[in-house]
Amino acid sequence: MRDLLIALGGQAAQMLLVLAIAPAIAVLTKIVKARLMRRRGPPLLQGYRDFLKLVRKDAFLAENASWLFRAAPYLIFALTWVAAALIPTFASGLMFNWAADVIALVAIFGAARALLALAAMDVGTSFGGIGSSREMMIATLAEPAMMLVVLTMALAAGTTRLPEIADFLIGQPLTVRVSLALALIALVIVALAENARIPVDNPATHLELTMVHEAMVLEYSGRHLAMIEAASQLKLVAYLSLIACLFLPFGMAPVEAGLAAWLIGAVAYLGKVAFGAVLLGVWEVSIAKMRVFRINEFLGIAFIFAFLAILLSFLTQEVFG
Amino acid sequence: MNQAYDISHFLAGMMLVASFALIYQERLLAVLRTFALQAVVLALAVAWQAWVQDRPHLFVTAVLALGLKGVVIPIALHRMIFRLGIHRDVEQVVGAGLTMLIGLGLTALSLLLILKATAAAPSLAREGLAIALAIVLLGLLMMITRRNAVTQIIGFMSMENGLILGSTGARGMPFVVEISVAFSVLIALFVFAVFVFRIRERFDSVDVSELDRVRGDRQ
Repeated sequence: MRDLLIALGGQAAQMLLVLAIAPAIAVLTKIVKARLMRRRGPPLLQGYRDFLKLVRKDAFLAENASWLFRAAPYLIFALTWVAAALIPTFASGLMFNWAADVIALVAIFGAARALLALAAMDVGTSFGGIGSSREMMIATLAEPAMMLVVLTMALAAGTTRLPEIADFLIGQPLTVRVSLALALIALVIVALAENARIPVDNPATHLELTMVHEAMVLEYSGRHLAMIEAASQLKLVAYLSLIACLFLPFGMAPVEAGLAAWLIGAVAYLGKVAFGAVLLGVWEVSIAKMRVFRINEFLGIAFIFAFLAILLSFLTQEVFG
Repeated sequence: MNQAYDISHFLAGMMLVASFALIYQERLLAVLRTFALQAVVLALAVAWQAWVQDRPHLFVTAVLALGLKGVVIPIALHRMIFRLGIHRDVEQVVGAGLTMLIGLGLTALSLLLILKATAAAPSLAREGLAIALAIVLLGLLMMITRRNAVTQIIGFMSMENGLILGSTGARGMPFVVEISVAFSVLIALFVFAVFVFRIRERFDSVDVSELDRVRGDRQ
């Protein structure tokens, strides 16, 4: 009974934690970008203020918007939140541990994306259609690479459950593992594409020729837009946590380790996510947006790297069978 | 799993990645730089093998690889590219996606083949041979898919990189053979250079598909 309560409490703490830091992490990237361009950038709390402002405003609906258009933001937010709750952050072995399977995670993100694409086409504007079709193109290229990365990790750890992969990696001595490095590069590329960051999409502009994510959410306003924005911020945090969990699991506490270990884990986690957000800002300033029809080459690199990672880890396992 | 294996695995894996970058890259100078990088990684890998297996003559091979293929040949090709005035050329790689998939298939094939064929050999040698065969096949693939004569030369040279990697992981070629291979590659470079300039003189381009129309001196 007590164990159950601890696991439940830890899970609730994690769900609130990811929800609470999501706007700040997204704004942190903006601040880094602005500073590197010698601008001041928004204050760290701007994300929360924007959320409150959008929630208070009236939602404006197109005349022919169906129930799907109104329901989609809440569903997308809920799905993304579940995904963020599944990924181990400061402690492994929480309440949702049994469901924290990477393949399930890919499926949840896929469901959220399908909802967004459907909602974007619902009111029948041309931008929504363009955005959906581009998003689906990116998704068909990114998801195979993502699955291959997952399989690489599964081959190394012998499971596709995230907490167990993290525990396995913590237990390993620190060595040079080329297949893990390749898998990391592939996962980073996939994360950039999935979160609509430069070079795949530019979150800061509404340029007709290139926008993907922004084209899909163009018709949303008020509380619906607030939900969509919160979902995309959560998705960024979820991917950062996923990368941290798979490749930098150090500091993560087992669930029964007690409050002090949890706190250490939480500090380490916040540091890792903030570091990822800063790196993302530096990366986005350093390179240019790609043409839409070159995205397949960029994501092709992710696929190649993920495949090479699998081949090399297979080779290692065979040689040292 | 030990450190000797981890580092040689890392270096060989980096060479494999460089081979894929060679197939993928469109800009001539970038292809050249990637090739030089692959040669430097090769030199490191050979030096690591020399250190681990305690075979000092491999250090000579490493220095040869670094000096000839990391410095001399890239500089020579660099000057050649500028003399030909094609340093700004972007070579459209035909069917890059399909080529990459074929490359992945070849890599998988060579891993499976070597692992089956060398079940009794020591693990460092098996691993080196498997990746070396993949690099050789990828160099061959690059020669087949490219139409620019200079990138074909680079494909040939990267094949030879794979060969050296394979021979160091295994019992090793005799030293004399190694030296002569290194210098014959240098000779090959001169021969290639002469050919490239002749092709260029005749067709105003280094695109080897122009050669398809040559029918000898028949009138």
